[in-house]
Amino acid sequence: MAYLEMSRLALKWAMKRPPTTRYPFRPRRAIAGSRGQLDLDRATCVYCTACAKKCPTGALLVNRAKKTFAIDRLRCISCGYCVEICPKDSLRLSTSHGGPAVTRDREF
Amino acid sequence: MPRTIIPFGPQHPVLPEPVHLDLVVEDEKVVEARPSIGFIHRGLEKLVEKKDYVEFVYVAERICGICSFIHSQTYCQGIESLMNVAVPPRALYLRTVWGELSRIHSHLLWLGLMADAMGFESLFMHSWRVREKVLNVVEATAGGRVIFGSCKIGGVRRDIDAETIKQTITDLDSIEADIAEITKVFINDRSVKARLGGVGVLSRQQAYDLGCVGPTLRASGVAQDMRTLGYAAFKDLDLTPITRTEGDSYARCAVRCDELLQSIRLIRQALAKIPAGEVAVKVTGNPNGEIIARTEQPRGEVVYYLKATGAKNLQRFRIRTPTFANLPAMLQLLQGCDLADVPVLLLTIDPCISCTER
Repeated sequence: MAYLEMSRLALKWAMKRPPTTRYPFRPRRAIAGSRGQLDLDRATCVYCTACAKKCPTGALLVNRAKKTFAIDRLRCISCGYCVEICPKDSLRLSTSHGGPAVTRDREF
Repeated sequence: MPRTIIPFGPQHPVLPEPVHLDLVVEDEKVVEARPSIGFIHRGLEKLVEKKDYVEFVYVAERICGICSFIHSQTYCQGIESLMNVAVPPRALYLRTVWGELSRIHSHLLWLGLMADAMGFESLFMHSWRVREKVLNVVEATAGGRVIFGSCKIGGVRRDIDAETIKQTITDLDSIEADIAEITKVFINDRSVKARLGGVGVLSRQQAYDLGCVGPTLRASGVAQDMRTLGYAAFKDLDLTPITRTEGDSYARCAVRCDELLQSIRLIRQALAKIPAGEVAVKVTGNPNGEIIARTEQPRGEVVYYLKATGAKNLQRFRIRTPTFANLPAMLQLLQGCDLADVPVLLLTIDPCISCTER
């Protein structure tokens, strides 16, 4: 019987549909609770720079005088530290991972 | 008999990470293996001088992509003992659950790599199919697939709500059934037995003398498991180290197979007993003093040495990772083996070079 252990498993799966998702024809279903890309609610942000000071990778650049918020997507590690310390709860990690970033330019 | 040196790695089909070996062979027998490491040294230990002790949790977690959570947990445990922080019980239980999930995905990864190393491609695919399910559970509970990012000094970053706990238990049922199916193949299949049985035998005394840790040590009959120290929530859980006495590659594979099911039982116990309450406490001040923190990683015992002087940055940080402790055993196993057994023997200790080189 020891010869048949794998054959049984292989036969079982030969009858089934593949467990992999047919990407890109079927996009991946986002998992609730996943830490994706960082989103900012500009209406509530007071540009206090707390997030930029605490960001462990230095991905955020916030200017209080000019009221600008810029993020370097290649540096952001979606750790959620900024979300935790934001006094106005303006930051949020969405479940979507967004499009691929290819340059170091900061996104405003 | 003339001797030849065959270079093995750093690029080799069986190697998930770069390590180089100079294999001194006589005919087809390996006489000596001379290792050289350092291809992926990142100087993470030195980085404590630049990152403050709170930020360093992120660095500690990135030492290794497989035992990521347990690295951050060990680091946090060390800092918490230095600062006398009482971590809330719910956080300890959550750490236990995530630690065990990380052990399951690490062992499944290893089983897949081992199947691949012996040319059993379909079994490799099936192992990683099950691993994908585990990663989905990790993503739903912690938010990341490989980097959990959920441990912090004083507790954990996020809680798991009752509904997610229920869903996790349902998912564990299906994962357990799948694991039982594939481990049956690893343990009973004749070709796996023929490939691994009797290859690389490490006696109990040898394993002990060479300072092995984790499944490599337990497969030789030494019941040493750091989880029995009772860190996190392990003091409340029913845990007996899994051992085998044969000490060969097959025993090391079987120990890992049994540990998969043991980890599932531990997660079930922890989720059933999980107390309500806070998941983190506020930590103020800076650490002072020195400490050693120990935990059980999927590959064995990891030792963290932390030295703080009351400043924001630690003064010294040193890790003894399980692979580093298992390397002398691997070199011992390679002496006198057949050249064709080298890939199997190399993988049998579950080498994690990122951990080793930091």
